[in-house]
Amino acid sequence: MDQGHTQEFIQHLINGISLGSIYALIALGYTMVYGILQLINFAHSEVYMVGAFAAYYTGRQFGLDQHPGVLSLFILLIAAVAACSLLGITIERLAYRPLRKAPKLNILITAIGVSLLLQYSGQIIFGADPKLFPEVIKDSSLFEIGSVEVRSLDITILIVSTLVMGGLHFLVHHTKIGTAMRAVSSNSNVASLMGINVDRIITYTFVIGSSLAGIASVLVGLKYPKIDPLMGMLFGIKAFVAAVLGGIGSLPGAMLGGVILGLCEEMVVGYLSSTYRDALAFGVLIVILLFRPAGLLGSVVREKV
Amino acid sequence: MVLQDRQARSEAIKSIGAPIFAAVLLIGVGYGLDATSNPYTQFVMLLILTNVVLATSLNLVNGFTGQFSLGHAGFMAVGAYTSAWLVTRPELAVLPDYLRFLLLPIAAGLLAAVAGYIVGLPSLRLRGDYLAIVTLGFGEIIRVILLNSDAVGGARGMYGIPSTAAVPSLGMSEFVAQFSVASIWTVVTFVTLWRIVHSSKGRAFLSVREDEIAAEAMGINITQTKVRAFVISAFFAGVGGALFAHSVKYLNPATFTFTKSVDIIIMIVLGGMGSFSGSVIAAAIITVLPEMVLRELQQITGVDLRMVIYSLMLILFMILRPAGILGTREATDIFKSFRSKSKAT
Repeated sequence: MDQGHTQEFIQHLINGISLGSIYALIALGYTMVYGILQLINFAHSEVYMVGAFAAYYTGRQFGLDQHPGVLSLFILLIAAVAACSLLGITIERLAYRPLRKAPKLNILITAIGVSLLLQYSGQIIFGADPKLFPEVIKDSSLFEIGSVEVRSLDITILIVSTLVMGGLHFLVHHTKIGTAMRAVSSNSNVASLMGINVDRIITYTFVIGSSLAGIASVLVGLKYPKIDPLMGMLFGIKAFVAAVLGGIGSLPGAMLGGVILGLCEEMVVGYLSSTYRDALAFGVLIVILLFRPAGLLGSVVREKV
Repeated sequence: MVLQDRQARSEAIKSIGAPIFAAVLLIGVGYGLDATSNPYTQFVMLLILTNVVLATSLNLVNGFTGQFSLGHAGFMAVGAYTSAWLVTRPELAVLPDYLRFLLLPIAAGLLAAVAGYIVGLPSLRLRGDYLAIVTLGFGEIIRVILLNSDAVGGARGMYGIPSTAAVPSLGMSEFVAQFSVASIWTVVTFVTLWRIVHSSKGRAFLSVREDEIAAEAMGINITQTKVRAFVISAFFAGVGGALFAHSVKYLNPATFTFTKSVDIIIMIVLGGMGSFSGSVIAAAIITVLPEMVLRELQQITGVDLRMVIYSLMLILFMILRPAGILGTREATDIFKSFRSKSKAT
């Protein structure tokens, strides 16, 4: 392989990982809710959309695109996280909690209903036309290795998502709330007998999952600055595919799935054709599920007779 | 012996008579609509029939077999494009029109059934939510393939698909001819699915829904049963797609997204999973509600709140009446229980 090809490949690799880490952030939200409620939270992708708009309006309010920098990014992140957590809690309280004991399909339809509701309310409130996300991080070439550019945006995305995922790992494995979450996920009845307030843990899960979506929304806004009320649909489904790919319910699985998906997409766009981009995620998913029906890092649950 | 013969004959008359009666009744409704209503209403009525075909066929998989498929729009797309592509083939023009329009949905259904087999065979090893996501994935893949196929117009879509109206010899107007073809196929779909589910083979579907492991222990080949349900369902989805293609007259891959599959799922959940008549009722409601009722509302308020109200109603309905309108009962059951109650009093 000559020099030019290697560089192109590394460039795609960097792009893929940065896209993949965003997928991973959203996938984590899906996987956490799924791990606790066994519910595909279709509304998660709309939570992410609302996060992007919260950041957009905050940015416009404070004129943040005039003052690019880490502080501005931080303000946007806070705004998105706040809006998303609030929305996450509201959805859980009003739509999912009344259905805790209902058949799974009903909860799923409710999730789809909430998703539609947010999409169309979004179109009425925010307007259907795309908006330009404030550019709080100037995309410039930071340094070059050989002639591969390492751009500031990709580095920002990587740093933020690594920090967040590290924080999440700490939270889940080294705090009381995390332990309780894992307990509820493994058996909510027993967990409640052990004195864990299951409802409260579910609320926490929604807060954390939605916050991750909020952070992802700001990162996506930076990378692909056009945001609109329907932006969550495809991105959300792909992130969910990433979660299933890695083994739904497994946090490392979601991260792995996200990165694999990001890399695959970037490679297909780079070397084949961008028209098949949207089908690719599902193609990969189907192939992997055929060989590992529980996803890459998931464990097969034996059904008891 | 004679008595048995007579019984068999009366059974046969019953089983054939009711569908024919229903079809004739529907065609009569078509004539009525033709005389009284505007083209827009007529279009919505056609859509109702299409949606009934789609909803009842999906109910076989989701409601009766208990497998969660999210890719119905994909099979519908296969059928719609097949029919639309075939109708313009000069080779087929030698056939008389009415034969062509009765045969096209069969061709559409067969190709969709093949797609159903291809999707069903590998993915039915998966359960529950995994199956849902894989079928969703296959649906999207079908859509992207269509998007990239220039033979069927690609992203531009297909224009000018003839309606099923080319039956002037029978002296019908365009709408009545179209409505009649759709009616016949709707009745055929309903009756076929109904009789399948009430046959001994069909009981296997129900047993898989209730308890896979117990069904397997009783000697039912689960995978085969699921694939069978999937293929039958895909066949009628293809038929529905064909009806759709000829009533809308314009096809575009963007029509057959995940949202379309969700629309059909909403119909079966609202009507009651495992109730064909529930699907019919819900398909009618779901088609008419956003188009006619909520559009009126939009005229009054000036804001397009249709989908907002629609989704809100969906959520409330799921919370307040989770089993759907009819649950697993059929409309006839309710009629029966009503009769027996009135007899008792």
